[in-house]
Amino acid sequence: MRDLERTLRGGGGMPPGAVERLADRAWDEVDGVVAYAGVDSPLGRLVVAATRRGIVRLAYPGEVDVVEELADRLTPRILEAPAKLDEARRELEDYFEGRRDAFDLSLDLSLVRGEFTRKVLRATSRIPFGRTLTYTQVALKAGSPRGSRAAGNALGSNPIPIVVPCHRVIHASGGLGGYTGGLDRKEFLLRLEGVLGERGYPSGRPT
Amino acid sequence: MELIEEHGDLVYRYLRVAVGADDAEDCLQETLLSALRAYPRLTDDRNLRGWLLTIAKRKVHDEHRARRRRPTPSERLPEAASDPPTEAEDGLWRAVRELPPKQREAVVYRFVCDLPHREIGELMGSTESAARRNVHEGLRALREVW
Repeated sequence: MRDLERTLRGGGGMPPGAVERLADRAWDEVDGVVAYAGVDSPLGRLVVAATRRGIVRLAYPGEVDVVEELADRLTPRILEAPAKLDEARRELEDYFEGRRDAFDLSLDLSLVRGEFTRKVLRATSRIPFGRTLTYTQVALKAGSPRGSRAAGNALGSNPIPIVVPCHRVIHASGGLGGYTGGLDRKEFLLRLEGVLGERGYPSGRPT
Repeated sequence: MELIEEHGDLVYRYLRVAVGADDAEDCLQETLLSALRAYPRLTDDRNLRGWLLTIAKRKVHDEHRARRRRPTPSERLPEAASDPPTEAEDGLWRAVRELPPKQREAVVYRFVCDLPHREIGELMGSTESAARRNVHEGLRALREVW
């Protein structure tokens, strides 16, 4: 006897590519969609997320559950859509392989809270590859002459590290200061950009 | 996203039976796009699955209405499975489509979507026991012809 129930259960699922096709359409047709993808890098597998306005988040592995964070703070309309992050992936790869010293990616600062933080991150975005500013200098550029600690906090909340190069902000003493992704990563990036020599720090030790 | 990862396959299987493999993906896309648009307004996410199936059912109605309006209806019954179905399976899906509507719906929810009777009752706007009865009668009718 044929097994009626088993045949009815059948199984199977969405045809291959259905999720990608949906992501494509959702990106074009539904407002406020966030696309994300994993991007391999020498610093581990990054998660990069974008809205139609630009890159909204870049996270190091193990930092947070990015999808959960985006759902809490931005929108539950989140889709894994690597195709929407092709350009970001390419630019990041080029950066890590030393072929690129500036990103041509538009940014979406929706996750940034507060005008001062926004100003700090804008000022940070303008620090060129291979150069550094001190926390005090960045605070000054953001309009707060004595706000080096506040600038540190603002940089600590940077939702788009690497692309908004908060690793280029260090202590006046030459100490590296802090980094959300961990000091090892800050050191790696500064070495990649030639700020740190093979032996270590430009001057002094990290504080 | 949870919506698609957890429930996409189930909604697709439901649609494959309801509209056939040829149109199932279109309906799936429309269902999920509608769901995405409405998602931030959904406060009760305990039964995402039931909510998605309700949207899917609406899309099936739309699809059937569109078919009736088409000037030259397609000769061929839509296939019920994405893999080329065996002749026997083909016959089974035809038999499912010929069941009385309530039995058909209950059988599809029970076996294709693997839902518990209580949830089927809710989806069909009736009770758990009515759902159980419809599943039972639907199965008996299928056994007679298949």
